[in-house]
Amino acid sequence: MSGCRESMSSGKCGRVRDSRVPAENQIYNQPLADPSLVACPHCDLLQRLPDLPFGTIARCPRCDDALWRRREDSLNRTLGLAIAAAILYAVANCVPMLGLTIVGRQSYTTVFGGAQHLWEDGREVVAALVLFTAVVAPALQIGCVLAVAICGLRRRPPKWVGAFLRHLPTTQTWSMLEVMLLGVLVALVKIADYAKVIPGVALFVLGALIVLLAAIQSTFDPKELWDRIEWAADETGRGGVELTEKAQT
Amino acid sequence: MNPAATTAMALGLQRCEVCGLVSRPAAGIDEGRCPRCDEEIVFRKRDSVQRTWGFLIAAAVCYIPANVLPVLTTTTAAGSESDTILQGVVLLWSPTGWPLSLIVLFASIMIPSAKILALAYLLLSVRRGSAQNNEQRIRLYRTIEFIGRWSMVDVFVDTFTAALIQLQPLMSVEPAPGLFFFAAVVVLTMLAVECFDPRLIWDAAIPREVPNGG
Repeated sequence: MSGCRESMSSGKCGRVRDSRVPAENQIYNQPLADPSLVACPHCDLLQRLPDLPFGTIARCPRCDDALWRRREDSLNRTLGLAIAAAILYAVANCVPMLGLTIVGRQSYTTVFGGAQHLWEDGREVVAALVLFTAVVAPALQIGCVLAVAICGLRRRPPKWVGAFLRHLPTTQTWSMLEVMLLGVLVALVKIADYAKVIPGVALFVLGALIVLLAAIQSTFDPKELWDRIEWAADETGRGGVELTEKAQT
Repeated sequence: MNPAATTAMALGLQRCEVCGLVSRPAAGIDEGRCPRCDEEIVFRKRDSVQRTWGFLIAAAVCYIPANVLPVLTTTTAAGSESDTILQGVVLLWSPTGWPLSLIVLFASIMIPSAKILALAYLLLSVRRGSAQNNEQRIRLYRTIEFIGRWSMVDVFVDTFTAALIQLQPLMSVEPAPGLFFFAAVVVLTMLAVECFDPRLIWDAAIPREVPNGG
């Protein structure tokens, strides 16, 4: 065990973390004694999560937000799907996506080629956006899922798995492969007026990849992993707060 | 404890945005740290209303050039021609292509404008302290959160049309300045939705005991 870790646990209950941050941020919150108490992310209603059977969803009684959907064998299935997605992603970015022939001339493009062409035309910002949403964010998304699934299979996942878990929703928001595929299909129909269009292999691979990414999202259960992860604050010193003391206010 | 009317904030509890753990900040502190994932937590997203307004106004400003300026320039032997988003929709309209034309119309014109109006309505209703139509308002928020990304369709259409039709001197298609503003509208409205804290919709229903941190 490192010296840093020792000084944390022998110090003030391991709760003072970094002297450089402002005073108010140094102290860890006290967790609740009852871990089944949750607050709805959309309306903040405090409620108790029931013990769900596999495949069922717990919804907030006030705003109907899905609080938790329990999945069977979540991590193993997620890992399998993520490996498949990583392979398809590599293929999709290496082979041509769209081609056309017009009076004997041929032209084709890949996903990356689309962004590259925009950049060369002087639309750097839009090119960067296309590159980010269609190439970088999906890669980060698949990478995060892979890292989380591999490390989450340990009995006690280490703290840093939390960093991947934390950024996963952001990568999901900005990974827009399904939007891109729709855009490509519209472009294909548009171009079909002028020339003969050749759908490339990448188009079909992308279609499969979108299905896999959707499957990952519905298979992966972040709550299950958060419940097992190693805590940032020292756990030996924590008692857990009972609710009763302030519940009457 | 009556769960029907108690929010975590009313009991002085904070929900971590990252891992979902509910915890209690130490006495006298509004911004603590999550003991599980080490994230800084606050009762409500910091300056949620101001930041959302900021992104929203920026998006509304970009919305005008996005629709007035051309997004694509087509150069053929006969000369060059520039199309705005709306002209692109009209060009796609044909006996066989009309479903796609409708998709682009929805994704590029209806969704961005509906998003700006809906967010402005949500912000104003929160500002007024309205406690009515909470279910409808949260549904509106979820809808704009879900469909917002599909506005990017037009950016991808133009990107790949321009990348593919490079057959100089026969015909070539280049992106035009409007595309930048259109992409900006999409990104800014997505950021605005992310900054908005939907819990503010419900806060008016319950008197606040703990002051808002931001």
